Amino acid sequence: MTARIVVAGASMAGLRAAEQLRAAGWRGAITLVGDEPHPPYNRPPLSKEVLAGKASFESLAFRPRASVSDVEWRLGRKAVAAALDERTVRLDDGTELSYDGLVVATGMRPRRLDCPGPAAGRHTVRTLDDARGLREALTRPGARVVVVGAGFIGCEVAATAVGLGVAEVTVVDPLPLPMAGPLGELLGRAMLERHEARGVRFALGTGVAGFTGEERVTGVELSDGSVLAADVVVESVGSVANTEWLDGNGLDLADGVLTDARLRAGGRPDVVAVGDVARFPNARYDGVPRRVEHWCIPTDTAKHAAKTLVGDAEPVPFAPLPSFWSDQHDFRLQSFGAPVLGKGDVRVLDGDPEGDVLVGYHHDGRLVGVVALGGQAMTASAARYRAELLKQPALTETVSG
Amino acid sequence: MKVVVDMNKCQDHGQCVFAAPDVFSLDDAGHLAYVSDPDDALRDEVEEAADVCPLQAIRIEA
Ligand SMILES: Cc1cc2nc3c(=O)[nH]c(=O)nc-3n(C[C@H](O)[C@H](O)[C@H](O)COP(=O)(O)OP(=O)(O)OC[C@H]3O[C@@H](n4cnc5c(N)ncnc54)[C@H](O)[C@@H]3O)c2cc1C
Ligand code: SF4
Repeated sequence: MTARIVVAGASMAGLRAAEQLRAAGWRGAITLVGDEPHPPYNRPPLSKEVLAGKASFESLAFRPRASVSDVEWRLGRKAVAAALDERTVRLDDGTELSYDGLVVATGMRPRRLDCPGPAAGRHTVRTLDDARGLREALTRPGARVVVVGAGFIGCEVAATAVGLGVAEVTVVDPLPLPMAGPLGELLGRAMLERHEARGVRFALGTGVAGFTGEERVTGVELSDGSVLAADVVVESVGSVANTEWLDGNGLDLADGVLTDARLRAGGRPDVVAVGDVARFPNARYDGVPRRVEHWCIPTDTAKHAAKTLVGDAEPVPFAPLPSFWSDQHDFRLQSFGAPVLGKGDVRVLDGDPEGDVLVGYHHDGRLVGVVALGGQAMTASAARYRAELLKQPALTETVSG
Repeated sequence: MKVVVDMNKCQDHGQCVFAAPDVFSLDDAGHLAYVSDPDDALRDEVEEAADVCPLQAIRIEA
C-alpha cells in the first residue's frame, strides 16, 4: 500500500499544506477531506468584493499548483472522528481513512449569539454560501441592518452595506470603540470617526439581549431594553474552532489545536495543525501559543508543518511575521507584526490620526507591530517598517494580550 | 518562465515584493511593477509571491 497523508479541511490551509508537502518531497498519496462542496477559495473578499457584487465565485477559487494535480479530493465530506493511536479518520459517510500523516486544517466557524428570538434574518459570514445569502438580503429595497460585533468582519460588512446604498446600518458592541481589542484606542477612535462620517451608526457599550419578531427578526433588543428595528442581522462575534472530530485523543483543544514549535499536536510526530485552527508558539515573540486568524498564516504554517511531517532533518525555529489587512469604505488597514502585544505603548510614526496615519506598537520599548490606516502611500510607509520589525530580537517575557 | 499579473485584480498590496523582490517592486506612487520573463532560477520566489498575493492576481505561465 502506498503511504498516505490525510488533510482534514480543504480550504486555504489544507490546499497550501498539500502543495508544501509536495515541495518538501512527499511523493506518497494525499487525500483532502472538506465539508464544503466548493474547491478551496479565498475568504477575505466575502465581506468585501463579493458582498459588494464586484467579484464572482470563479475569481475567488485558488489556482492549485501543478504539483497537486494528482491529489484525491473528498469534497462535501466531513471528518467526524479520529483515532490517532490507530492512525485513522472516520468520515460522515462511514468511510475510514488510514493515514501515515495527518494534517488538521479544519479552521473556524462563526460563534453564534445565544439569545431568545427567531432565527430567520440572522446571518454570519464565513462561507461563500453565507456571503451570497447576505448579499441577497442586503440588496432588498429598504433593508435595515444591524451588525452585532464591531471587529474587522463586522466593520467590513457595515462599510460594504453602506456602499451598497443601505440607509440604516448600525453596529452594536459591548466595548466602547470598534476594533480596539486588536488595534488599541487610538486607531479604534480613528476608525469610529471614519465610519460615522460615512453613514454607519454605532450603539457601543451595550450588549444584545434578544431578537424581536415572530417568524423573522424585526429588531434587536439591546441590554438597556431599547430596540433597534432590523430585517437583517449580521452576527460577527468571533469564531469557534472546528475540533470536535478530534475529541477523545488526549489533545489540548481548549482553543484550537495546541501545537509545539514544529506544529505537532500532542507531541505526535505524525499529526500537525495548520491555519486558523493551530494554536502555536511564535519564536519571534514570547513563545506563548496563540491562534492567529490572519490570511498569511495558512501559507506560513503549511510550509513549516510539511517539513515536520516529511521529516526534514534540521528543524528551523518557527517565527512568522504576521501580516493582516482590512478594507473598509475607501481606506485600508495594513498591519505587520503583533500590535496586540504592544497596545500599552502606541506611538504615531507618520501622518496623523485625522488623516492617513502610521502607528507603532511597542513592548518594553521595542517595536512589535505597525499598522497603517489610509491610502497607498501610508501602506507603503508601513512596508518600510516591516524590515525594522524583522530585525527586532525576540521578546523574552510573557505578554498578556 | 513567464509571469502575468492581472492588473484589474491587483490592489498594490505589495506582498509579492517581500516574497520576490527581484521580480516585483512598487514604484514611487506605490503601484506594482514587475519583470514578466524572470530567470527560471527565481521560480521558487515567484511561486511564493503567487501564494501570498491576497488577490491571487499572479499567474505563472510555463
Ligand atoms: C469574511 C472573512 C473575511 C476575512 N478577511 C480577512 C482579511 O481582510 N485579511 C486577513 O488577513 N484575513 C482575513 N480573513 C481570515 C482568513 O480568511 C482566514 O485566516 C483563512 O481563511 C484561514 O484559512 P484556514 O484554511 O485555516 O481555515 P478555513 O478557511 O476556515 O478552512 C477550514 C475548512 O475546513 C472545513 N471543515 C471544518 N470542519 C471540518 C471537518 N470536520 N471535516 C472536513 N472539513 C471541515 C471548513 O468547512 C473549511 O472549508 C477573513 C475571514 C473571513 C471569514
Ligand atoms: S501581492 Fe498581489 S495585489 Fe499585491 S502588489 Fe503583488 S500582485 Fe498586486
